[in-house]
Amino acid sequence: MFPASRYSSKAHRCIRALKTVQTEHAAPQLYTTLNRRTCSSVSTPRITTHYTIHSREKDPRWEGIEMERFADEADVVIVGGGPAGLSAAIRLKQLANKHEKELRVCLVEKASQIGAHTLSGACLEPTALRELFPDWKERGAPLNTPVTEDVFSILTEKHRIPVPMLPGLPMNNHGNYIVRLGNFVRWLGEQAEELGVELYPGYAAAEVLFHEDGSVKGIATNDVGIAKDGSPKDVFERGMELHAKVTLFGEGCHGHLAKQLYKQFNLRENCEPQTYAIGLKELWTIDEKKWRPGRVEHSVGWPLNRHTYGGSFLYHLNEGEPLVALGFVVGLDYTNPYLSPFREFQRWKHHPFVAPTLEGGNRIAYGARALNEGGLQSIPKLTFPGGLLIGCSPGFMNVPKIKGTHTAMKSGMLAAEAIFPKVTAESLDSETAGLHTPEYAENLKNSWVWKEMYAVRNIRPSFHNYFGLYGGMIYTGIFYWIFRGKEPWTLKHCGLDANQLKPAKDCTPIEYPKPDGKISFDLLSSVALSGTNHEGDQPPHLTLKDDGVPVNRNLAIYDGPEQRFCPAGVYEYVPLETGDGMRLQINAQNCVHCKTCDIKDPSQNINWVVPEGGGGPAYNGM
Amino acid sequence: MGSSTSLVPKSVTAAINAHGFGYFGCPHTFGQVGYRLKRTEQYIRVKPDNSSVVTDGVKHSMNPFCEIAVEEAVKLKEKKLIKEVVAVSCGPQQVQETIRTALAMGADRGIHVEVTGKDYETLGPLQVSKIMAALAKKEEAQLVILGKQAIDDDCNQTGQMTAALLDWPQGTFASELSLEGDKIKVVREIDGGLETIKINTPAVVTADLRLNTPRYATLPNIMKAKKKKIANVKPADLGVDITSRLEVLRVDEPPQRQAGMKVETVDDLVGKLKEAGMV
Repeated sequence: MFPASRYSSKAHRCIRALKTVQTEHAAPQLYTTLNRRTCSSVSTPRITTHYTIHSREKDPRWEGIEMERFADEADVVIVGGGPAGLSAAIRLKQLANKHEKELRVCLVEKASQIGAHTLSGACLEPTALRELFPDWKERGAPLNTPVTEDVFSILTEKHRIPVPMLPGLPMNNHGNYIVRLGNFVRWLGEQAEELGVELYPGYAAAEVLFHEDGSVKGIATNDVGIAKDGSPKDVFERGMELHAKVTLFGEGCHGHLAKQLYKQFNLRENCEPQTYAIGLKELWTIDEKKWRPGRVEHSVGWPLNRHTYGGSFLYHLNEGEPLVALGFVVGLDYTNPYLSPFREFQRWKHHPFVAPTLEGGNRIAYGARALNEGGLQSIPKLTFPGGLLIGCSPGFMNVPKIKGTHTAMKSGMLAAEAIFPKVTAESLDSETAGLHTPEYAENLKNSWVWKEMYAVRNIRPSFHNYFGLYGGMIYTGIFYWIFRGKEPWTLKHCGLDANQLKPAKDCTPIEYPKPDGKISFDLLSSVALSGTNHEGDQPPHLTLKDDGVPVNRNLAIYDGPEQRFCPAGVYEYVPLETGDGMRLQINAQNCVHCKTCDIKDPSQNINWVVPEGGGGPAYNGM
Repeated sequence: MGSSTSLVPKSVTAAINAHGFGYFGCPHTFGQVGYRLKRTEQYIRVKPDNSSVVTDGVKHSMNPFCEIAVEEAVKLKEKKLIKEVVAVSCGPQQVQETIRTALAMGADRGIHVEVTGKDYETLGPLQVSKIMAALAKKEEAQLVILGKQAIDDDCNQTGQMTAALLDWPQGTFASELSLEGDKIKVVREIDGGLETIKINTPAVVTADLRLNTPRYATLPNIMKAKKKKIANVKPADLGVDITSRLEVLRVDEPPQRQAGMKVETVDDLVGKLKEAGMV
């Protein structure tokens, strides 16, 4: 490989040493009996073909392919058509109309239509909505179900301990509405279009663009027409560049572009790592006799043990037919790699307090999404030259209330108000080509969002004590309900969720009951109900930094937790076609874009990137 | 193939695949190639009163066979064999989105035939063919390309009926299409294999799966398509009566698949068949 004559003897020795190291790695040998079956003597089959891991610059298949991108200019570009992104867009246009200024606002959204990737419980607190549209009722916002009763329980395997919902407790929902958030987001999209926002669903922002001075220039949408093996197809088309004075990133919980921005601008150096939970949800039409519209039920306890954060929700909607939205949340700082959030959800539905509501009913939808649990301690730096972060991406969720929509909307609105004077100014008074707007972070700190997050900041971390759940509830009762979060200390989280898993050998496998097909179901039929689909012939968008790590580390040490925490059955360990051992099979088409794998992979080897726009779940009013 | 039935029964029960994929419109291309787009639903369930399927909030997109038809028309224009590509769709306001996608793929202009509400629910192949025939005459089209069938109703009738109403030749289930002078050579996919026919223009062609691979509608093209024109027409303006001669009695989900049974011997099999009353 190296022309031997060219190098000094020192170099020769180095080269020889390198060559030896290479051959050693070709056949890794782990000698414990436990691991013998999991390690293969065959070299790792190629799994990842995505160009973010295997660059196209030196790839001979890409020689001669036209890589020029069409570029367009806007005043503001917003990534993500969720509550935050749409509220920001709407607020910008409201201000532009009020001050009679021209403003081009472009919003890109990876779902094929606005609202199709939205999933939430949800009990909406209408505070931000009232500020955005005081006349929301006349405009027909789909808030059809005011909360009428609020029920909180601690579940044991067979029984239920009721907890009184006293006013002042974070879970009290008086004045709120049960909504189908997907429908609400769709309505927001319609309002935005009416105001003149350019909405582009079906186009995913795949790349952040930078000016020469390092500030953000805009985004580029995904390329289309790349085959599964990474080569260009006949229909290959480059994505498009959208340049803007300011780019707002509202990708929702654990966005993939935000992940890059954290590194690029060092936005997380003064905050704790974000911690997350996974929320799984189903929609059921139930027997009319069991239907109590406006009823909100929450529970903690069974089937989770006291050290695993999580709980359930069940909301009775009032939209014409007897519809309930129910779901289960599991904190992703769980330690047992044998835990399967999906199966905990299915198991919970059989509880004597829950099952009667569902008996005789029909499941019509399923979905899952990660959500933020870090609260105030995990909010990163929010602004950088050329852009800022809004919504669940930095994470403004009020964890004990399990509400993040109202704070996400408010953050979008505050962002719009902060950048408006700058983008409409006659001259661009800025050090960098992309505008820097630290005023946004200032305004947010002075708003009710920050007050709310400050008051509840210690509730989630208070669960990390010997008594687990019960310690947390006692802490909440004393310090939140009585003292309103005014205690002078701020508790810390435990670190990255990915580092919390214990090795499989130290944990007991969990025996989950088989699904009965009437109340509980298997994974694949559930995934089918999410309507998820992707163009099959494209590189898997669940990329691995190192193709060997899943079998060598995740399977060997943690028994492959990704086959259990993925709510869509994307990851499967299957036996190799020849020889002994297993390989990881990635069923990228099943992905519901929940981001749990990127969060919980103990090796942090999985990097979720955006697939071709339009792919993913087809949620309808979730 | 492709006999067009002009007489249809007064009422019919429709059983549709509840997990079917819906699309909008088979594009008609006039040649000025015109094509008709149909917009269909994705992932559907039957309404509680069994009258039809739930379409509220369900994503609609262009019928895949229509995408293929659009692609073929645009390809013909890129080869400079035809002058203008016109995309046509019948339906409510939302079909404009589907027409825009066709414009982004390369069509020159669009025609939106407004059909809303109850009329839209009962709009079927016969009425659409009448509209298409009227438009083809009005636009003096040389070629009308449609998708072979829509994947929500699987009728496979519109192309054939349109040809019959216009008294034009038809090349259905096309997997290859070429213009040879003033004739069109069509290779058709039939049960026995492939059949090649030559038909005179003007003609109607319906696109089958292997005709081409449709291109993506890229974002810059979608933005440019906003500037292309979509004309609004009503069926009455074309002198077409769209009252339906069909009445849907019931819509049901397909029956749940029953588990199979394994038997040990042939006698067992015969016994079970007798039990089920089949022998």
